[in-house]
Amino acid sequence: MKLLKLVPDHTNLDFMRWRNVALVLSLIATIISVGYTIYHGLNLGIDFVGGQVVRVEFAKPVHIDDLRTRVDQLGVGEAVPQSLGNDRTYQIRLPKPTGADSASNQIVSKLRTTIPQIYPGARVDAGESVSGKVSEELAQNSAIAIALAMIGIAIYIWVRFEWQFGVGALLTLAHDIAMTLGFFAFTRLQVDLNVVAAFLTIVGYSLNDTVVIYDRIRENLRKYRKMAILPLLNLSLNETLARTVVTSLTVMIALGILMAIGPQVIFGLAIAIFLGVLIGTYSSIYISAPVLVWLGVEPDSFLKPEEKEEAEVQPV
Amino acid sequence: MLEFPRWKVWLIGIVIAIGVILSIPSLLAGTPAAGSWPKWLPQYKISLGLDLAGGSHLLLEADAQDAQKQRLQAMEDSVATELRRDPRIDIGDISTAGGRLSFLVRDATKVDAAVERMRGLTKPLALTGNRDWDVSVVDSTRVVLTPTANGSVQALKDAMGVARDVVRRRIDPSGTKEITVLTEGGNRILVEVPGVEDPEALKKLIGQTARLEFKLVDQSANPADLQQGRAPPGSQVLPLADGTGAMAVKRRVMVSGDQLTDAKQSFDQDGRPNIDITFNTAGARRFGRVTQENVNKPFAIILDDKILSAPNINEPILGGRAQINGNFTVQSAHDLAVSLASGKLPVKLNVIEERTISAELGQDSIHKGVIASVISVFAVIVFMLVTYGRFGVYANIALVVNAFLILGIMAMFNATLTLPGIAGFILTIGAAVDANVLINERIREEIRRGRRLIDAVETGYHEAFRAIFDANVTHVISAAIMAYFGSGPVRGFAVVLLIGVVTSVFTAVYFTRMLVALWIRRARPRELHI
Repeated sequence: MKLLKLVPDHTNLDFMRWRNVALVLSLIATIISVGYTIYHGLNLGIDFVGGQVVRVEFAKPVHIDDLRTRVDQLGVGEAVPQSLGNDRTYQIRLPKPTGADSASNQIVSKLRTTIPQIYPGARVDAGESVSGKVSEELAQNSAIAIALAMIGIAIYIWVRFEWQFGVGALLTLAHDIAMTLGFFAFTRLQVDLNVVAAFLTIVGYSLNDTVVIYDRIRENLRKYRKMAILPLLNLSLNETLARTVVTSLTVMIALGILMAIGPQVIFGLAIAIFLGVLIGTYSSIYISAPVLVWLGVEPDSFLKPEEKEEAEVQPV
Repeated sequence: MLEFPRWKVWLIGIVIAIGVILSIPSLLAGTPAAGSWPKWLPQYKISLGLDLAGGSHLLLEADAQDAQKQRLQAMEDSVATELRRDPRIDIGDISTAGGRLSFLVRDATKVDAAVERMRGLTKPLALTGNRDWDVSVVDSTRVVLTPTANGSVQALKDAMGVARDVVRRRIDPSGTKEITVLTEGGNRILVEVPGVEDPEALKKLIGQTARLEFKLVDQSANPADLQQGRAPPGSQVLPLADGTGAMAVKRRVMVSGDQLTDAKQSFDQDGRPNIDITFNTAGARRFGRVTQENVNKPFAIILDDKILSAPNINEPILGGRAQINGNFTVQSAHDLAVSLASGKLPVKLNVIEERTISAELGQDSIHKGVIASVISVFAVIVFMLVTYGRFGVYANIALVVNAFLILGIMAMFNATLTLPGIAGFILTIGAAVDANVLINERIREEIRRGRRLIDAVETGYHEAFRAIFDANVTHVISAAIMAYFGSGPVRGFAVVLLIGVVTSVFTAVYFTRMLVALWIRRARPRELHI
């Protein structure tokens, strides 16, 4: 059987030749991404801004405008209905009411009892209410968790490798998260707790490629003490390229299937990780590695003083 | 590389066999084959999260104002009881205004005696040396009891413990359901109930304080004062439950719900739903005595400060049994009976977060999730096969074993599988082969460099392990943080990732290494097709 080789043997691409172009592009993309997110904001779910969502299965087809009008008449705020694939299944979101923390839940109770009265045979399949207090805590905890994960991993890389690698990992992570955030801001996909879980996963998984490439750079730094840093990075990237491509593909195949046919509730989670893996593959090559050059990593940077001397006197 | 001792082969084999055996009950659950699993084998099962099983997740928070009010009321009752023991201390004008309890001692010479008795009612707080109430005298005849801040915190903490037990008894009177009721952060209770048919009934059950009191009606109140909400001294104005007006009742409690031993839904002579209650001995004696003394006078049955009804005492009620009538349906009478029997909530609880999923929706998620998982596994298997041939087969065997091990370990710890957990499972499937990809690519590389076959395989496994280890530690860091900060579904996701990291290193590194070693030893291949 002829085996599939996505990356031919002896591939030798000059990745580092484009490092400055890539850097400028990444920088621009990151700035646009962050700017867009700040300017337009994210489409935050009730988990982070409070509010109510019910999911209703109607007995007969219902028009979205009719539904909006009738729910608006209940006087519980401006309803935002959204069809879930057909005209009998809807999700209705309502803004967080002012007043006590318990007011939010009373709206769900009201919808649950009145919707079947307005539309006979309708069934409220799911109801969620998150009060202002709880949503603030969830938002705060999510931000802390993502920050802690990024710092924790950067520290681990620092301890296992060198500080330059830790900085590289942190910048790579910041880039990946910024780009994914920009994607969510741009597509208006809803950001809920599941998406935050996806961000935490990205922090772990998009760094996968970076760790593998760093490992190879470390190995080659020891092996080829006289090689200049740029060819060494190119060599390391090419040596690990086949693995990078194959692994990213398997993860994206698995997640792509989940996105296409999996439950709608976790679509946001799946697409965020999918995207994180894709962006992580790029940034492991064009951010993680070049950062080492800018931070002044040289082939003899990590040698002990006596080894350094030895390396200098040795004739090539 | 080739030395793979027999005991290691056995050990790996046994671990895998145990994992597979542990995972099967969970896979069979809900299928017709579930009954055919032998009884002598382990029966551990993965539990399904509320998002898959359907159910309600409720976060309740104590109503701080109500907590203070109830604490004042309880203190008022004990003050009245305590001072009745000394008939010479005559008090009046009891007030709970401004969050403090105060009363007037009519005879100025008895103020010290009253203060002394009040001090006896307060309790010292552990560690701080403070007491839970400050007792002071204002204007030389007014005794004032002020709750201290530490005392209020302690009281709330105690109340939450009681509330948790009350909530549990109300949701699950028989104590047989798999529900979760936990106190969280000092003033919250987390409730998780699987398979809820009617979440509104559930919330009503938990939301009702169910403080039942019997008080005599004060007939001396004149209607004009009542309209203004003013009651004669020693009395208070309470609204009627049906909203048709108000009534003045004596402040002093005849008997309260604390003295119940039982409450059951029943029917009155006209077939209307009502509640039969039974008092304990002390309650029955007191109820008998008060009714004896007040024949032909009305008394009020009060629930949560609303008057349900105010029947006339036709004759002394001595047996310790009574009926509560009101505008009940069978359901509301039944729910109130459950609430009364489980005791009153020491503090009103508000729902500040709800997440309810119907069982049908959960079933739909399971269905879609399982199909997506199966297709993902299949797609990854095909991909690995065409990429690495024989070594792909080994990676695939490892992948399938890994899937069983994840489920087996989850079952052993009775971990909860949530919808994001299914996503975590699929992600793990996709990422678990990474270790094999790393190893296989390294072997390819070493062969290209001209190493001998066995040498290449050896180096491949050895050199790849460092990167595999470091990459997995980063996964562990992010998953552990997620497990710590996340709630419910997200935690389920993190748990699957954490277990997946451990099992995938085992299957992808040690297990495939064994398969490769046994193959090389048996077949003694000359060259490697990888």
